[in-house]
Amino acid sequence: MSQSRQKGRGGGQRAASPAREPILELRGISKHFGAVQALTEVDFEVYPGEVVALVGDNGAGKSTLVKCVAGAHEPDGGEIFFEGAQVRIAVPNDATRLGIETVYQDLALCDNLDVVQNMFLGRERVHQLVPFAVEPLSELEMEKRALDVLESLRVTTLTSVRARVAQLSGGQRQSVAISKAVMWNSKIVLLDEPTAALGVAQTEQVLALIARLREQGLGAVVISHNLAEVLDIADRIVVLRLGRRAATFERGEATPDDVVAAITGSRMLKASGDS
Amino acid sequence: MSSKDLTSAQTSPDEIAAVIQERGLRGSIRTLTRLGLQRVRQGELGPLPVILGLIVIALYFGSQTSWVFLNARNMSNLVLQIAAIGAVAIGIVLVLLLGEIDLSVGSIAGLTSAILGVLVVYHDWPWWLAIIVMLAVGAGIGAFQGAWFAYFGVPAFVVTLAGYLAWQGVQLRVLGSNGTVNVFEPHIDKIAGSYLPTYWGWALGVGVAAVYAAANLLKQIRRRRAGLSSQPLVVLLVWTTIITAISLGAVGYLNDYAGVPTAGVIMLGLVFFFAWLTTRTKFGRYIYAVGGNVEAARRAGINVRAIRIWVFTLSGLMAAVGGLIFTSRLTAASTQTGTGTFLLEAIAAAVIGGTSLFGGRGSVWSALLGALVIGSVSNGLDLMSQPPEIKYMVEGAILLVAVTVDAIARRGREAAGR
Repeated sequence: MSQSRQKGRGGGQRAASPAREPILELRGISKHFGAVQALTEVDFEVYPGEVVALVGDNGAGKSTLVKCVAGAHEPDGGEIFFEGAQVRIAVPNDATRLGIETVYQDLALCDNLDVVQNMFLGRERVHQLVPFAVEPLSELEMEKRALDVLESLRVTTLTSVRARVAQLSGGQRQSVAISKAVMWNSKIVLLDEPTAALGVAQTEQVLALIARLREQGLGAVVISHNLAEVLDIADRIVVLRLGRRAATFERGEATPDDVVAAITGSRMLKASGDS
Repeated sequence: MSSKDLTSAQTSPDEIAAVIQERGLRGSIRTLTRLGLQRVRQGELGPLPVILGLIVIALYFGSQTSWVFLNARNMSNLVLQIAAIGAVAIGIVLVLLLGEIDLSVGSIAGLTSAILGVLVVYHDWPWWLAIIVMLAVGAGIGAFQGAWFAYFGVPAFVVTLAGYLAWQGVQLRVLGSNGTVNVFEPHIDKIAGSYLPTYWGWALGVGVAAVYAAANLLKQIRRRRAGLSSQPLVVLLVWTTIITAISLGAVGYLNDYAGVPTAGVIMLGLVFFFAWLTTRTKFGRYIYAVGGNVEAARRAGINVRAIRIWVFTLSGLMAAVGGLIFTSRLTAASTQTGTGTFLLEAIAAAVIGGTSLFGGRGSVWSALLGALVIGSVSNGLDLMSQPPEIKYMVEGAILLVAVTVDAIARRGREAAGR
């Protein structure tokens, strides 16, 4: 198996992070849906404080890989290590318990609830006046915590954390979704096309926010189609092609052409040997 | 939270407070009006339309009946008339918040009423045990229908439509060949047939105002202490004055006739309880979440199925409460109980009160406000000696207007890109 890992490495020598342990490491992950082999023995790793971009053509297996980590799919084969220990991620709760949060493309926010209510949805804090019977929500505590998190991520575009999400712009919503993911002492945040639906200014906002995840020592995995954006923010770019890991580029060592070549497979040899 | 970008559309109470603090009273009135209009355009209407509607209705029927409509005796009557519908409408509000509908509440009210009558009159059960059984049956039916919907994925519309027919059948079977059971049981008859003594009425009015003022003052103090934005004292004072005036005004008015009707107190208590449940507990938050975005709720780890079953259970329970109040008011359980316009009036009340048919938006208070509208129209037309056919047409028109307002508001929200 180490053979295949070397092959897939595409020249990246892990130079940027020689001594560190990955928080998350996938080894030989495979997943098929009926006759379709979505992932074939894919290795993947995320280090603390790095932004990994996951790129590839449609159907390359990006979303499937992320879903395997998020617990939305359980892989058919392979091993997952979290902070050095082997783990099993079968359902979304397994992932969140480990500290892996996912920001889905459709955001999964409730339009009719406000920012604080969304950030704490499913994990509300309560006063235990009479345990299991009378447990009113402690709104104050939640609002304070939400404000702290938003402030630490320097999300300053919200006018009020009590505004309903329905009233927010796309960029603000994305910011809320990401802040929500960060709030739970998470160690890894998975982002599926975080800027796909955004305008230029709002994209800037969200990219800056992703950079701040790195500052806070989290690992971020970003699926994206936008190469300029990927080259801008990613510390490492992992290219998937036809369900296999096709190449890896460290920050600064890849040109857009190299990445495109790896995605399409047209100059794969060159891309591998380039660095 | 910098940027006083008031062209964007967030108008929470905090925001309003911030505006007032910043611009002084004069400038803030202008700004708040603008924000308010914006909010209306974007479909965040709240209870505003229904309150305006109530005022228009009161003035119209008042003027048409040489103000008999508004006198103490008639208002007291009105409270009794809406208590049953109001209770049932609370359950409907919960179901609507979920984005579903319950068409069986009328039949459940009728069936549980029949059970109450038969148990007390034919089987000599103690009144309290019969009441417990009827409420349990209502809740049980609701749970059954909720589970059927949640587990088999049959649309709630269909499950409860089946229930609408089936439970009415059971109601007829329970009542047997006699048809009507006269329930002359003093405890049960007192529910809709008694009034609070004057001093208890006043105590209630003062209590409501005091609790409101204290709770809000405490909240603002705690917010300020926590360093969060808080309302200026002026706003709090204005609201407390309004609530106190309404509360004491209503009690004084009702005391002028016979006192505050017990059934009214029961309904108000239920509204308070369910308002608390929906806005201050996890359970309530999850109802809104499921109604707003099922997928988001599921991903947040909320047990959507359990929430659905619970909400339908509560809907069934409230239908039984409505049946109880109705039985008490008519001192009888008959084959007619819960049939006719009962169901549609309950649903209409919830919708007219401002709860959206599209799920996730609304408040338990809309049950009370909507029941007031429906009750007022019905009562007013009676006073004007209008025949039932006119009543049906007017109520139908009001329902249509209310749903249209809801639909247009929803379009407004979507058009605002939200």
